[in-house]
Amino acid sequence: MSFPWAEQYKPTNPFMRWMDDRLPLPRLVYNAVGKGYPVPRNLNYFWNFGVLAGLFLVIQIVTGIVLAMHYAANSSIAFASVEHIMRDVNSGWLMRYVHANGASFFFIVVYIHIFRGLYYGSYKPPREMVWLLGLVIFLLMMATAFMGYVLPWGQMSYWGAQVITGLFEAIPLVGTTIKEWLLGGFAPDNAALNRFFSLHYLLPFVIAGVIILHIWALHLPGSSNPTGVDVKGPQDTVPFHPYYTAKDGFGVGVILILFAIMVFFLPNYLGHADNYIEANPLSTPAHIVPEWYFWPFYAILRAFTVDFILPAKLWGVVAMFGSILLLFFLPWLDKSPVRSGKYRPQFKIWFWVLVVDVLILGWCGGAPAEEPYVMISQLASMYYFAHFLIILPIISRTERPRPMPNSITEAVLGTDESAAQPAAAS
Amino acid sequence: MVRVIGFLVGLGFVFVLGFSLITGAINYVSNPPAETVEHEFHRHAHAPEGGFASDGPFGRFDRQQLQRGFQVFKEVCAACHSLQYVAFRNLTDLGFTEPEVDAIADQWQIQVPTVDPETGEETTRNAVAADRFPHVYPNETAGRAANNNAYPPDLSLITKAREGGAAYTYSLLTGYQDPPEDLPEANRPGTGLYYNPYFANLNLAMPPPLTADGQVTYADGTEATIDQMAEDVTAFLIWTAEPKLEARKSTGWAVLIFLVFATVLAWLAYQNVWRDQKH
Repeated sequence: MSFPWAEQYKPTNPFMRWMDDRLPLPRLVYNAVGKGYPVPRNLNYFWNFGVLAGLFLVIQIVTGIVLAMHYAANSSIAFASVEHIMRDVNSGWLMRYVHANGASFFFIVVYIHIFRGLYYGSYKPPREMVWLLGLVIFLLMMATAFMGYVLPWGQMSYWGAQVITGLFEAIPLVGTTIKEWLLGGFAPDNAALNRFFSLHYLLPFVIAGVIILHIWALHLPGSSNPTGVDVKGPQDTVPFHPYYTAKDGFGVGVILILFAIMVFFLPNYLGHADNYIEANPLSTPAHIVPEWYFWPFYAILRAFTVDFILPAKLWGVVAMFGSILLLFFLPWLDKSPVRSGKYRPQFKIWFWVLVVDVLILGWCGGAPAEEPYVMISQLASMYYFAHFLIILPIISRTERPRPMPNSITEAVLGTDESAAQPAAAS
Repeated sequence: MVRVIGFLVGLGFVFVLGFSLITGAINYVSNPPAETVEHEFHRHAHAPEGGFASDGPFGRFDRQQLQRGFQVFKEVCAACHSLQYVAFRNLTDLGFTEPEVDAIADQWQIQVPTVDPETGEETTRNAVAADRFPHVYPNETAGRAANNNAYPPDLSLITKAREGGAAYTYSLLTGYQDPPEDLPEANRPGTGLYYNPYFANLNLAMPPPLTADGQVTYADGTEATIDQMAEDVTAFLIWTAEPKLEARKSTGWAVLIFLVFATVLAWLAYQNVWRDQKH
């Protein structure tokens, strides 16, 4: 693992030596996030977001475990038990608001993390597996967040569950059977609530497991960097600790300040008023919207309005899942040998168009399903698919990249003395 | 191979989306969506002048106002609306003493269902401080039967459960008026309905609850105008929906002060660690 010049773990304390021979856990930590992991010296703040995502997973697990001690996964009392947490449990309001807003912040940092990867080509060889595992984490997060949103058993919980599980009905022939099997009934009810709670408790630990694989796969080639140029020697790297632990510490402080502002002063800003009404299967809300982090995908789902060979709903479902699944093929769609968007003049433009496009999709996904939002989301969805499946493969062939620095150190210092020295010596 | 398949899949999605777009556009041009009457006459909720005492990062409850609001709730709203997530004991937050709360619970107009300890028969008893506010109607059907088939919603969470929040509650309470002249016949209030432009479909089944100045007599001498009563009861309902609001905001400031301090230290540590590394 890692580079030959990585610092070796040499315990001096006799107990640590004893420990190292029997269970080299401190050695593992040392090599993973300590002095023993050399990291490119030129990482910018966008490289903080992996750690921040990990931070929010921990916040979610800790608050979630406490909430589960007070929550009742029974459709007749679930809503009341949440109010019990808000009113009668000591600091229950804090746990719940941290958990609800923590989900949003988890998605914010993960979206920035993903777009960082897209811009700097972090999905390219030799880090394809890091990218693929990251997408698995993203899918697990979406499943976890969706099921978690059902648990308070408010109106939007209930109808959101109804709409999302209803998507499976679009599958020809077996769709309805699958939906009823997933829900344990004809509509969301106690059976569905119980299994959602069970899975909502399970999946975060699965996420934690896949994160270990994600980091493991990352640490073989080591972190990428804003130039996309490979690490050439010790002058290009600094040890993770103390350099990046210090930098990440600052990033953690900044995100926690933003998080605290939301939790303590705007705790319901990202939520939906209807979810403070208890679930009522007989009363459909005026318009059903998922949580904001699903809006881009919800817009793609609703963009298909015409039956063309297949029913529109099936097109929407296929496209919505396709919009994420296509990311699994990204390392093979974009074959440009240049990783960083910094040196790809055309890619850079299209990348920012994609960012705006996804924001537009998000805006349309949160809007009611009426014109002009539907037409805008159709245009935006067209671009989304065209970007990954048509534009990227073409420009990865036609584009002429800008000259790249010879090394990370040259990019940082302007010259690379150590790279020049061996030539002079030989 | 991946790219060829991807290219074809991409073209497929783009084509179907384009087809949907053109169909939608033709439909939009040939049959433009008309503005609905509800949308045309609907008004956006607005907070009372000066807002609520609990607004903003430094917002605190005005306990006198909460007590007045509770009085309006008790004398007006509680005839039809329940408050099922709030307990009488919570009223100490409003500044009532424990004996006062005991008296309020004991004299509450609705009794609490219980079981006769001698016979086991269902009966009722006076509420105690530990009880939550009892339901007004034994069940939803009874509530509908008594209210022209419109079930009065529970008010515990009402200021969080509507778009516009507390401003909506206040606007609705003060928004009853005669329908405008140009309102189409189909949208005029039918029997048992009342025009209110703040309500989503313009007509609601709740009769104007606050009808006259002086409808309640405030113990603290505040003049009970309709506007004052609406503002007071809304403030009370902000409290019922978010009883921990003050604890939340003061905790927030403590947390923020700590985090800013910690972040400054983290920044200095970061600069110190990196001082000899150009990056």
